[in-house]
Amino acid sequence: MKTRNELRFLLNGQAVALADVRPDETLLDFLRIKRRLIGTKEGCAEGDCGACTVLVGRLQDGRLAYESVNACIRFLGSLDGCHVVTVEHLKRADGGLHPVQQALVDHHGSQCGFCTPGFVMSLYALWMRDAQPSDQAIEKALQGNLCRCTGYEPIVRAARAISSYGDASADPLAAERDAVIASLAAMKDGARVEIGTGRERLVVPASADDLAMVLEVEPQATIVAGATDVGLWVTKFMRDIAPAVFIGGLDALHAISEENGVINIGAGVSYTEAFGHLSARIPPLGALIDRIGGEQVRNMGTVGGNIANGSPIGDTPPPLIALGATLTLRKGTVRRTMPLEDFFIDYGKQDRAAGEFVEAVHVPVPDRATRFAVWKISKRRDEDITAVLGAFNIAIADGVVTGARIAYGGMAATPKRPKAVEAALVGQAWTLETIEQALAAFETDFTPISDARATADYRMLAAKNLLRRFFLEGVEGHVPLQVSRYEAA
Amino acid sequence: MTKHEALDLAKAKIAGGVATDQKHDSAHKHVTGEAVYIDDMGEPAGTLHACLGLAQVAHATIRSMDLSAVRAAPGVIDVLTGSDVPGVNDISPAGLHDEPVLAEGKVQFFGQPIFAVIAETREAARRACRLAKVDYAEEPALIDLADAGPSGKLVTKPLTLKRGNAAEAIAAAPRRIKAQMRVGGQDHFYLEGQIAFAIPGEDSDVTVYSSTQHPSEVQHMVAHALGVASHAVTVEVRRMGGGFGGKETQGNQFAAIAAIAAKRLNRPVKIRPDRDDDMTATGKRHDFLIDYEVGFDDDGNILGVDFTYAARCGFSADLSGPVTDRALFHCDNAYFYPAVQATSVPLYTNTVSNTAFRGFGGPQGMVGAERIIDEVALALGKDPLEIRKRNFYGTETRNVTPYHQTVEDNVAGRVVAELEESAAYARRRREIDAFNANSAIVKRGLALTPVKFGISFTATHFNQAGALVHVYTDGSVHLNHGGTEMGQGLYVKVAQVVAEEFQIDIDQVKITATTTGKVPNTSATAASSGSDLNGMAAQNGARQIKSRLVDFAAEHFEVPKDQIVFLPGRVRVGNQEIPFAELIRKAYMARVQLSAAGFYKTPKIHWDRDKGQGRPFYYFAYGAACAEVSVDTLTGEYMVERVDILHETGRSLNRAIDIGQIEGGFIQGMGWLTTEELVWDGKGRLATHAPSTYKIPLASDRPKIFNVTLADWAENTEPTVHRSKAVGEPPLMLGMSVLHALSDAVASVAEHKACPRLDTPATPERVLMAVERMRAGMAAGRT
Repeated sequence: MKTRNELRFLLNGQAVALADVRPDETLLDFLRIKRRLIGTKEGCAEGDCGACTVLVGRLQDGRLAYESVNACIRFLGSLDGCHVVTVEHLKRADGGLHPVQQALVDHHGSQCGFCTPGFVMSLYALWMRDAQPSDQAIEKALQGNLCRCTGYEPIVRAARAISSYGDASADPLAAERDAVIASLAAMKDGARVEIGTGRERLVVPASADDLAMVLEVEPQATIVAGATDVGLWVTKFMRDIAPAVFIGGLDALHAISEENGVINIGAGVSYTEAFGHLSARIPPLGALIDRIGGEQVRNMGTVGGNIANGSPIGDTPPPLIALGATLTLRKGTVRRTMPLEDFFIDYGKQDRAAGEFVEAVHVPVPDRATRFAVWKISKRRDEDITAVLGAFNIAIADGVVTGARIAYGGMAATPKRPKAVEAALVGQAWTLETIEQALAAFETDFTPISDARATADYRMLAAKNLLRRFFLEGVEGHVPLQVSRYEAA
Repeated sequence: MTKHEALDLAKAKIAGGVATDQKHDSAHKHVTGEAVYIDDMGEPAGTLHACLGLAQVAHATIRSMDLSAVRAAPGVIDVLTGSDVPGVNDISPAGLHDEPVLAEGKVQFFGQPIFAVIAETREAARRACRLAKVDYAEEPALIDLADAGPSGKLVTKPLTLKRGNAAEAIAAAPRRIKAQMRVGGQDHFYLEGQIAFAIPGEDSDVTVYSSTQHPSEVQHMVAHALGVASHAVTVEVRRMGGGFGGKETQGNQFAAIAAIAAKRLNRPVKIRPDRDDDMTATGKRHDFLIDYEVGFDDDGNILGVDFTYAARCGFSADLSGPVTDRALFHCDNAYFYPAVQATSVPLYTNTVSNTAFRGFGGPQGMVGAERIIDEVALALGKDPLEIRKRNFYGTETRNVTPYHQTVEDNVAGRVVAELEESAAYARRRREIDAFNANSAIVKRGLALTPVKFGISFTATHFNQAGALVHVYTDGSVHLNHGGTEMGQGLYVKVAQVVAEEFQIDIDQVKITATTTGKVPNTSATAASSGSDLNGMAAQNGARQIKSRLVDFAAEHFEVPKDQIVFLPGRVRVGNQEIPFAELIRKAYMARVQLSAAGFYKTPKIHWDRDKGQGRPFYYFAYGAACAEVSVDTLTGEYMVERVDILHETGRSLNRAIDIGQIEGGFIQGMGWLTTEELVWDGKGRLATHAPSTYKIPLASDRPKIFNVTLADWAENTEPTVHRSKAVGEPPLMLGMSVLHALSDAVASVAEHKACPRLDTPATPERVLMAVERMRAGMAAGRT
């Protein structure tokens, strides 16, 4: 195995090689403290405000794609072979402003200005892939950027207007794209990166197989994929994460494919990467993904990580459980597959052995006989943590419930199926009376808690009402059953 | 303009005068990341970093504090406790000596700073802070307003406003309603958190860069804590990354710590708390319990009102006195009460000391008024807008406020009438009724609410300002004033005023950082007063120089003074026109002073708090908003479908900046009343201390349709700077329209026959629970 003892990446126009990097060193501190690139700001250090937004470009299958990310929770260890672009890189050589910047100036898109570089970078990422974005696309791209001054209206006006300031061909990243691809390709030497020892140790495995080997030797290692959770262990709780193993760059784990009606999602697939396939094949899942974190978090966070960290308020486990997903865990060369719901044992406890890692999740596409829906309820519609999330996968034949897989988040210490509710439905006529009778079973299945997001009473009532909504949506009619922000596609 | 550029001696208009849509002066630096905030400043060699150690209980006596592990931690240089404060361990802005820099012996809220670590790096300081071993003897803590009770301990003297006999009027009224409302607080969530950076100087000198709205107070507090004269302390701030009132007094603590450490160690010291510590340890908007009783007649005329506004002030007074006073000043909003009594109860609690926040108690006061309107309307089965209009202040009669100021500039009726028309209120009311009749789950709601907001600091002496204007020999101008820039566009507005005065392009006016060394004894940039006060002071400074120039030119060119006119870029002197810069050069050669200190004090205002009478406000600012929402009655989720706003800012100095204030203020007010929920757990710890748990509005929370219009007919009846009006705070309260639209949608569940009594923030949970109450009431036959 070839190993290397330094991280290599591109920062704006410069190649960076770092032999002295701590596993918990964030990109934001590196930029601001070590490189004095002060345009990138710290607003929250938890990936919620977007003031630290930068772009990270990564080569995948020879293609170079840039994504907005939160530098505050992005570790340097995850950047090997990447191109980091900060706001300082946008200004033209002649000192003129980039179209995104000029549009924001002309539309009065900044007031205090502290959030502005982050907005610039998010809008830049959007503009690169969608030069004429819809309002929905703009709002989606800005879900991870907080502004406290403007009320967003002038920022959205600017976003609509960017393309009138020039096209993507004049863009600095477009001009240097080939050179960047060549540089990044040259960095891909197939080596494992190992830096430091003990509490200073970080490893970037060369491949998924190499990851399996690393974890066999260092089973206590912290596996870091998108770092949208682990990042906070460091920035908020100052926990030691060494040795840290960074798996975000492993191409094999980014695979998403479909075979025999089952979608296989590699553990490193980000929400953004999963969105395309899932929204086409299981549309309610696409709509749910749009409400997980902000764009930056969706670009970093992974479905595998959402499962592996075992949070009771992770958004993907309930729908995946309702769909009957299975999970493949790997240790060394040994793999085992289990129903996803069995993975969650108790609060903070999952069925994952030391040295074992989540390799993939397998999601059956619901067949025509069943109806599937998933709804998330949160205090704020977007970029919020779930208060209650309900997923329903119910089969009805000749007016009778023949199968019911329901799962909730936010209602118990783990993502959980309400077995008593399911039992009260299966075999019964699919009528409002059946639903109303089944509602009592929620009290058997769940004893939710009160916390900063919701009270127990609200959780219980909303959970029941989601089942009511599921029933009503199946009833013919044109009356809306939910509030909506965008016209149905 | 460069030296060699030809002057346009015929141009008709300067660039960037008043009433032009100048861009924010820093906009081009905001977008490139080149605008320097305090954390972006280069750090001199040897700079150290401080972190506050926060108490982990809400109320206790400290038995012992073992900081040995903290001192021994890697990178730690020093640890400060209260006894290390060289001057007075107090930063009470109210002068009540109730707010220590670092608490000694007694903890009064969860998160109170009890020590400070100074280390080589910020990270080392943060890590070391967590190693303290503190032994607390816990005492019962008053966390919630309800715990403190209406007869609880107060942090400051309450106020009662009284006109007529409210009790008798209510007793004699044909109808009466008495109830209670809870109004939540709000975190400022400025994107740039608190920060101070102190650089020690010679003797007892120290310079503090502080993200503050009130440099003079920071100067005084630092001097007080260091035990030195104010002249030893210079405080400077070029810009803040947002303030919203959260940096009116809350920067004092950080500045004091940085300065104490810097002087003690003779090294630069920076302190920048992380977001969680910032939210835990700094004050917020006060939450209130409002008890109200209203007497009214069958037509919806309010006859008498009795309010008690109890506020959670936290452990110290801070600004709670004037905040709760201002709540009372706005218990009328735009309505005339024939008889009224309103009392404030500024309650002591074992929570962080609440502070200024855009509106300064006024929003909470108004929310009480609007609740009463809803109560009256729903009790009578009438549209709340009808009740609102019926009870507006008059112009000749019915125009005296609860504090005995006569409303002389009332345009609430006109603003509301125009908005009612432009927003098609009546038609949409019918459409919504029809929609709701056919929609069992999703309900729509509509509300049009007015705002009348009093402009001036209610402490009369704060209504003064200074400015410093230099004209250099090339004709360029250096502008400085006591106001601070937090994003609101104050600097560019004042520069416009000065450009207008001299008739020079705005790029000839250099905007410079606010510093106590240039303009002393300033008031906070607060109370929406920034451009009113500093604009006038700067204008005064410019006029002093102009007056000297006129005197000089009259003598030098031997023309009467009335033949000297400042034209764009030039001055007409008799029959000739000479470039402004040339006149300046000539004036310099003739030894004319080209620098002036401008000053302004607001006329007419006075306030006798003991009597509860006076004219605390120079004038009022008016606006109105019409909001439409849809509500899911299964989950309480909602969507703001459309908002129309008509607001007046007098003859606007800068319409683009003003519209930005209105849009942003509205969204911030909407956030306060909808998703921004502060939750304290059973131990008195703030559970919502970061954006993951505290939810300010996003772009996708904006109204789907959002129309903001400035009243083009408006002008200030008072001679303010160019007859403009203040705009900082008033638009926040336009957000009330969303609360009342939600209430309207909920009320539709019970056929608009009962008041939903929706408390705030109206989260989806509170909305759903209100729907459930409405349904239960209907089922019980109580309407």
